[in-house]
Amino acid sequence: MAEEKKLFKVTIDNIAIEVEPGTSILNAARRIGGEVAPPAMCYYSTLKGSGGKCRTCLVEVAAGSTADQRPMPKLVASCRTNVMDGMIVKNVTSEKVLDARKGIVEFLLINHPLDCPICDQAGECSLQDLSYQHGTEGTRYEFKRRTFEKHDIGPYIQLHMTRCILCYRCVYVADQLTNRREHGILDRADHSEIATYIHKALENDFIGNVIDVCPVGALTDKTFRFKNRVWFLKPLDAHRNCLKCSGKVTLWNRGEEVFRVTARKDQWGEVKDFICNECRFEKKKTADWVIEGPTRIDRHSVISGNHYVDIVEPKEIMPEVMGGRNPKLLMDINQVSEVNRKDIDLSEIPGPAHSEDFEKENS
Amino acid sequence: MVRKLLLEKAHLEGIRGYDVYRREGGYRSVEKALGEMTPDQVTDEVKKSGLRGRGGAGFPTGMKWSFIAKPEGVPRHLVCNADESEPGTFKDRYLMEFLPHLLIEGLIVSSYALGSHVTYIYVRGEYSWVIDILETAIGEAKANGWIGNNILGKGFDLEIYVHRGAGAYICGEETALLESLEGKRGLPRIKPPFPAVKGVWDRPTVVNNVETLAAVVPIILIGGEEYAKIGVGKSTGTKLISTCGNINKPGVYEIDMTISVEDFIYSEEYCGGIPNGKKLKACIPGGSSVPILPANLLLKTVKGEKRLMNYESLADGGFVKGSMMGSGGFIVLDEDQCVVKHTLTLARFYRHESCGQCSPCREGTGWMEKILRNIDTGKGKMSDIDLLWDIQRRIEGNTICPLGDAAAWPVAAAIRHFRDEFEWHVLNPEESQKRNYGLAHYADPLEPAVAAV
Repeated sequence: MAEEKKLFKVTIDNIAIEVEPGTSILNAARRIGGEVAPPAMCYYSTLKGSGGKCRTCLVEVAAGSTADQRPMPKLVASCRTNVMDGMIVKNVTSEKVLDARKGIVEFLLINHPLDCPICDQAGECSLQDLSYQHGTEGTRYEFKRRTFEKHDIGPYIQLHMTRCILCYRCVYVADQLTNRREHGILDRADHSEIATYIHKALENDFIGNVIDVCPVGALTDKTFRFKNRVWFLKPLDAHRNCLKCSGKVTLWNRGEEVFRVTARKDQWGEVKDFICNECRFEKKKTADWVIEGPTRIDRHSVISGNHYVDIVEPKEIMPEVMGGRNPKLLMDINQVSEVNRKDIDLSEIPGPAHSEDFEKENS
Repeated sequence: MVRKLLLEKAHLEGIRGYDVYRREGGYRSVEKALGEMTPDQVTDEVKKSGLRGRGGAGFPTGMKWSFIAKPEGVPRHLVCNADESEPGTFKDRYLMEFLPHLLIEGLIVSSYALGSHVTYIYVRGEYSWVIDILETAIGEAKANGWIGNNILGKGFDLEIYVHRGAGAYICGEETALLESLEGKRGLPRIKPPFPAVKGVWDRPTVVNNVETLAAVVPIILIGGEEYAKIGVGKSTGTKLISTCGNINKPGVYEIDMTISVEDFIYSEEYCGGIPNGKKLKACIPGGSSVPILPANLLLKTVKGEKRLMNYESLADGGFVKGSMMGSGGFIVLDEDQCVVKHTLTLARFYRHESCGQCSPCREGTGWMEKILRNIDTGKGKMSDIDLLWDIQRRIEGNTICPLGDAAAWPVAAAIRHFRDEFEWHVLNPEESQKRNYGLAHYADPLEPAVAAV
């Protein structure tokens, strides 16, 4: 029998968990789930070397390990820092982390065009999710936003450089999935951009995956451009026999019509099985696919709103984080309103509710 | 007179060439180290000397050397960081230009101590003529048997290569330097792993500054303990300071770290005072990244003691009331200089030199520059000053490499000490375009420090 591996005990936001040595703080936090998992804009578990760049996953390490109890002097990128035995990590329980994260969201947004109304990524955009969760409602940036010269990178992929947050994921995809990388980061500092060196098209097989890994709308599917909003489409798990890839995809349908094909994403928005260009761009008929059924959506996002089946409600984790206390309600409607009373369930009243309904119960 | 260890012979004619350098006692430390000492003994001498890294951070060199991993069968490397690009710092250039053999001698001894058989000098691309000087010197050393196989018949092999950078400040950061040396984009790596474990080509690597490696030569010659007697406290040995700005005698000086800042600025031996009878307004004591200090805080610490030119004394008072030794780029500002414009210049530099890898630095440096430009051109608002403060606060400490901190600190210190000047720019937009704010109370004596409760 193989020797049992010693597990590291790590406490994240007051919740203890045991993980294997070599696990990053982020992945340990994802095992706990909910709010405890820091947001990640550049880390991608299936891409080697990714992470550490966007700084949204910064956490505070209150104690390094059992052996060395000292806290780490700076916030650390949880995606690139491995857990130690006895480590104590603070994510949502640390004011410092929340403040830093607010700053990062602001930095990411100052040069972002905020053209969500015309962006194909809207509804499944990590930056949208991040800003809703951690951003402020206003901007303090009063300057012209950064713009770039437009580059055409071929018939399949649309590049909107202004939306890019320079996560480098697409560079890793080209390095690790295709046989030749034709694009990269040119230039430096705030004028660095994703581009091909001398206007080339991205045509490698599997290069379509850059669309799936892009956290924002910088790289979108040209065959789906302006066709539909993602939340009007119905995602279906489907597969076909493909010689190049696993053939396991998500079809985005409206009725019988296939609007687009993507790889399957997990609850962290990451693709485990990358798909080939043929599956993604050429097979746009329902007849090409064997449909397995509706996609299980367990990600907090606009696309999981209301009308999808099999939605998994995220586990309520805050009471545990706060040591048994429930989060304080900003306003208890029953205390400030005479109309809303706890003992009256509005859904029990047939038709519209009138003042009489409330007075009647009072007497 | 201060005992000079590095620049003692710099004035001799022909010292740049091998013959004169050797005649003046050059390469004796190699003979001593390879002939009489084991590599560990060399490291021990450096440890005893208390030598601290001269590149900016001031980390003890001997300790850094002892951290290097020594796995079986994996080559180790020493890399000399000559990518000196900090505005205000030009000591390494001087050293390499006039005493190239001193650096090479230091490199041979250090490589011996670390077991590096291939050693690199990563030179800033703009120092194009220095590269030629170094390559000539390496050629001379090789022709005379100091580099190559079986040096002095002691069985130690060494090759030294000069690698020319392409003009990026970020490549002075050690992990970005290693990336660049490997032929990639100069982006800082995420640490850990540290270079001592996985450096260039994933091999254990030590990266040291030019001056640090040159200082190894006198340490071996006079011994670590003797070296440690020079200087004060943990600031041992001599330090090169490159001075510029509003002083009579800009240049590179070797000091022994016991001299006060006031003497350094006003003595004839060093800076020679401020020209045209002007008053001292402020000074950046250690290169553009370290906090700027107003005259009163520069000459005396909050405790009322004289501030000395060394690591501890310059850092006395922390970031609020002190600064840092940094890389020794001593920039002096007289009463006619505008701190707002000065801060804008630095912010512009850091925006241009940010590598663009991580978001706080990439976006924040550009934002700070734009706000500072508004204030400088008379379009600023009072809220901009607080906004600047907030931006720098959110960059500092949240980036991959220290460039983020280096961009944030000058802005923070300028607002901390010269807020009235920023406010004057906002309140007098038209006047600020015609004249400078001048000297406020920056040169007034400090209030006596209150004892800590």
